[in-house]
Amino acid sequence: MNTKVKIAGVEWKNPVTTASGTFGSGLEYSQFVDLNKLGAVTTKGVSNVPWIGNPTPRIAETHSGMLNAIGLQNPGVDVFVKRDLPFLLDYDTKVIVNVCGKTTEDYCEVVERLADYDVDMLEINISCPNVKEGGIAFGQNCFAVENITKELKKRAKQPIIMKLSPNVTDITETAKAAEAAGADALSLINTLTGMKIDIHKRAFQFANKTGGLSGPAVKPIAVRMVYQAASAVKIPIIGMGGIMTGEDAIEFIMAGATAVALGTANFTNPTATQDVITGIEEYMKKYHVEDINDLIGCVK
Amino acid sequence: MAETFKKAALITSITKLTEDIYSMWIKEEDIVANAKPGQFLSLYCKSENRLLPRPISICELDKDNGLLRLVYRVVGKGTEEFSKYKVSDRIEVMGPLGNGFHLEGKKAILIGGGIGIPPMLELAKQLFCEKQIVLGYRDETFLNEEFKPYGQVYLSTEDGSAGTKGNVIDAIKANNIEGDIIFACGPTPMLRGVKAFALENDIKAQISMEERMACGIGACLACVCKSKEVDHHTHVNNKRICKEGPVFYAEEVEL
Repeated sequence: MNTKVKIAGVEWKNPVTTASGTFGSGLEYSQFVDLNKLGAVTTKGVSNVPWIGNPTPRIAETHSGMLNAIGLQNPGVDVFVKRDLPFLLDYDTKVIVNVCGKTTEDYCEVVERLADYDVDMLEINISCPNVKEGGIAFGQNCFAVENITKELKKRAKQPIIMKLSPNVTDITETAKAAEAAGADALSLINTLTGMKIDIHKRAFQFANKTGGLSGPAVKPIAVRMVYQAASAVKIPIIGMGGIMTGEDAIEFIMAGATAVALGTANFTNPTATQDVITGIEEYMKKYHVEDINDLIGCVK
Repeated sequence: MAETFKKAALITSITKLTEDIYSMWIKEEDIVANAKPGQFLSLYCKSENRLLPRPISICELDKDNGLLRLVYRVVGKGTEEFSKYKVSDRIEVMGPLGNGFHLEGKKAILIGGGIGIPPMLELAKQLFCEKQIVLGYRDETFLNEEFKPYGQVYLSTEDGSAGTKGNVIDAIKANNIEGDIIFACGPTPMLRGVKAFALENDIKAQISMEERMACGIGACLACVCKSKEVDHHTHVNNKRICKEGPVFYAEEVEL
């Protein structure tokens, strides 16, 4: 049985990674999960300088989902390469560094800093709904997507994955724009912009007013968008949005994803990543699937 | 890294203490063996539409029997679910989490407010010095009788139905309570009052904080508080309540 997949020339031992921001750089979860078992670890967003993030509360549970407005708090690329990256490199898994910025120059700086490090892939966050500058602003129109993708491709030594926002009218347009500008892969979806009002206080739940919705509540939207994007581009897609089980992962793969990422599931079940890998293998056994690649986009 | 376990713990007793406060004993030897006062557990719901674990502080430990007590208030659907569990049901828990109280001092003032009272009980049991215990309630009291073996107990109630009418600081002042260390857990306005009182009287204070959490283990950065010192994780004066806390020295954090 083969579970290996190849994304932009990088071979993963299985199609499962973590959704950026839910898994830190793996340290905290390594007490529950054998990181060697994961196809890849995708880190929390890394910016050029430390980011302080948003005021609390930063999180709220919703029906079958959750809203977050963390605001990309992170220690910046200097601390990341000194402390977090060496930790990850001790494991036999692919390392995907998620990159965030306020301006094109910020993104370029991080990508350039990472060029000489043993990082397998870069995921570019142009879709965070929780920061005032950067983030989603780069991901909501095709011109901006194309422009930043081109600039980063000029500088990146590793394959780049553009992480797309679902907060658009037509996902195929941003997907095609990224592909045309040279993106090596896409990941989608980031969170959907949501809002919660505390009716007892007559106030927004978040100081940021809005937050990003994730979890099983968004899964059908994510599956639909992965299907649409996969139908529109030739580059591989990492699908995510509410995956909790192996069956959920198979659904994304059938919609056209070459790999999948788990986010909110890590909070509900710290061993979710490993459990999903087992679930995928069980599905393959049950249906006599020899090669996971045979399932990619098999539903047309 | 201290050892943390995720287990399906056996519920050995569950009782209702007040209209909305429940006491649950669970058996989980690994967690109990590693736990100390001021730490907490993440409790996972069975309902699949409630995704995030609920952080609940440790109220008591019975190390000989591998038992741990959780006292919680029903504030939403998750805690409502926990209140309906029966003896011999299992509950998914992770812990022990957080740092816990640092046992110190010669004459301690233990202050608990509302659902911040439970963690003070195990602290009262483990702290070997002179103890004065101040418990603040809105109206109906709970757990106060159980503190009596461990020190002098003072109460405050907002409606004046028991002890000093007012809050915990009113009770401290009314009874001229003095000490060289304060331990406190309760709502943020109470912690602000405790911090101010500690500063005015030049008493060291350890306070236990709370915030909305997702992962409970320091990865998601949801539950940060403003700290005086640069934090270890991000170096931006944002300490993680679930990891570097929930117990902080009062002068160390902004409230």
